[in-house]
Amino acid sequence: MLRDITIGQYYPVSSPLHRLDPRTKLAGTMLYLLSLFMTDRLTGYLIATVFLFTVIRLSRVPFRFMVKGLKAIILLLALSVSFNMFLTPGRELFRLGFISITYEGLFTAAFMAIRLVYLVLGSSIMTLTTTPNALTDGLEKSLGFMKRFGVPVHEIAMMMSIALRFIPILVEETDKIMKAQTARGADFESGGLIKKARAMVPLLVPLFISAFRRALDLSMAMEARCYHGGEGRTKMKPLRYGKNDRIAYVIVIIYFIVMGSTNLLPF
Amino acid sequence: MSLKAEHLTHIYQKGTAMESCALSDISFEIEDGSFVGLIGHTGSGKSTLIQHLNGLIRPTEGTIYYEGEDIFSEGYDLRSLRAKVGLVFQYPEYQLFEQDVLTDVKFGPKNMGASEEEAEKRAVEALKLVGVSEELFKRSPFEISGGQKRRVAIAGVLSMEPRVLILDEPTAGLDPRGRDEILDSIDRLHRERGITIILVSHSMEDVARYADKLMVLDKSRLKFFDEPKKVFSHYRELERMGLSAPQITYLAAGLRKEGIMVDEEISTVGEAKAEILRIINETDKA
Repeated sequence: MLRDITIGQYYPVSSPLHRLDPRTKLAGTMLYLLSLFMTDRLTGYLIATVFLFTVIRLSRVPFRFMVKGLKAIILLLALSVSFNMFLTPGRELFRLGFISITYEGLFTAAFMAIRLVYLVLGSSIMTLTTTPNALTDGLEKSLGFMKRFGVPVHEIAMMMSIALRFIPILVEETDKIMKAQTARGADFESGGLIKKARAMVPLLVPLFISAFRRALDLSMAMEARCYHGGEGRTKMKPLRYGKNDRIAYVIVIIYFIVMGSTNLLPF
Repeated sequence: MSLKAEHLTHIYQKGTAMESCALSDISFEIEDGSFVGLIGHTGSGKSTLIQHLNGLIRPTEGTIYYEGEDIFSEGYDLRSLRAKVGLVFQYPEYQLFEQDVLTDVKFGPKNMGASEEEAEKRAVEALKLVGVSEELFKRSPFEISGGQKRRVAIAGVLSMEPRVLILDEPTAGLDPRGRDEILDSIDRLHRERGITIILVSHSMEDVARYADKLMVLDKSRLKFFDEPKKVFSHYRELERMGLSAPQITYLAAGLRKEGIMVDEEISTVGEAKAEILRIINETDKA
């Protein structure tokens, strides 16, 4: 039932993208997202399309699997497209009562939609090819300089990785409790809003209890292994940049510069 | 009649890199009133299998028949099936949620449309069957002991008065006494009420003692479905699956190797005692 959630999910295959350092992927994703907002030329969008689809191919994650993540933004997409389409002033294309659709509106709406879809696809490539733990490791290391300003970087990263680690556990737990209650005749699907909300009680009470129990167990286990925060803590697998990371950086930076300079082109 | 599976196959997350086969081409028929032990290594597909039996998950291929009817066919009333085929999950105490024990046990019958009095009557009866004393009825299910919680949760399924009761390792994490008490009350249900029991267990001693048929799963396939004695005689094969036979089976094999010809098929302490006494008496006579 709940196993189909894809947001923030890692897709376990082996690809050159999976093997990159998480910091490279973080920086690359950032630059890619920025680049989408730097261009408003057709050439720019074409380059971004080629770049995105090459990267998707490189990641060896099935395209179908990625598109599933887009379902979450359908509403947002529809809203922003229609606002742009109907409310942009300019040369009128045709009129339906008081609604008028303009050339400019149509173009902005299309570009807006492409931008949004590319944003989601681009960032999901990062989460699909990087384990949550590698991702927080990467974040901790890249933001390490903020420790000097008193930001508890390690603690935040640790909380993040614990939270991420708990998502699948809690999803599984929800699934289990739901099944157990369904076996006792509970019904989670039918009925109005109030009936549905009341049907959640047999699910939520055991779920909360189990979440607290797991949190207590985990803190006990961490203390038993003498966890004392990030001070002086070493890593079994410290992050190290390799040859592929350097190549990736060069490619992304060239792509970024090209995208920036498309604005100098006439179209 | 009763519960029948035909070519049951289940594949999780089909079509992705995480695809895994949990059950492949499993067929069997469980007679009314039998006591079936279901054994298999962790990850062999036991839990997936029992969730199919009351329609909680749909098979990728194949189907289940309950009293001759296909439970996955269009329009089949799965909810009333779940009252007839009761399923007690592993660590069932984690599903308790009500303010007191009695109300929690009433949850099942009330979902099945029973009246307040009827639900209460069934709940009291179910709680007594599993040996929960009356002074606990009004206590919170969160403040009683682990063994008591387990019983309350089992009563929660029993109160729906199922014809078939499936239990997924009902004794996991209990002390020896709690374990014996739970197993004895399950056995009583079987003998006195004629309820069909399917018991998932890791303990060969337990299934040898109670079950009249054994089902052995290995890597998503059904390897044996036969009387316990017959299954245990394949103990070398069981070992290859990461399982074992009861200690007594090994004792019998050891004795036979030493030239003491005990019956090969003994598997419980009681049988071993009778068999060894028989041989001692015979040698005394000779």
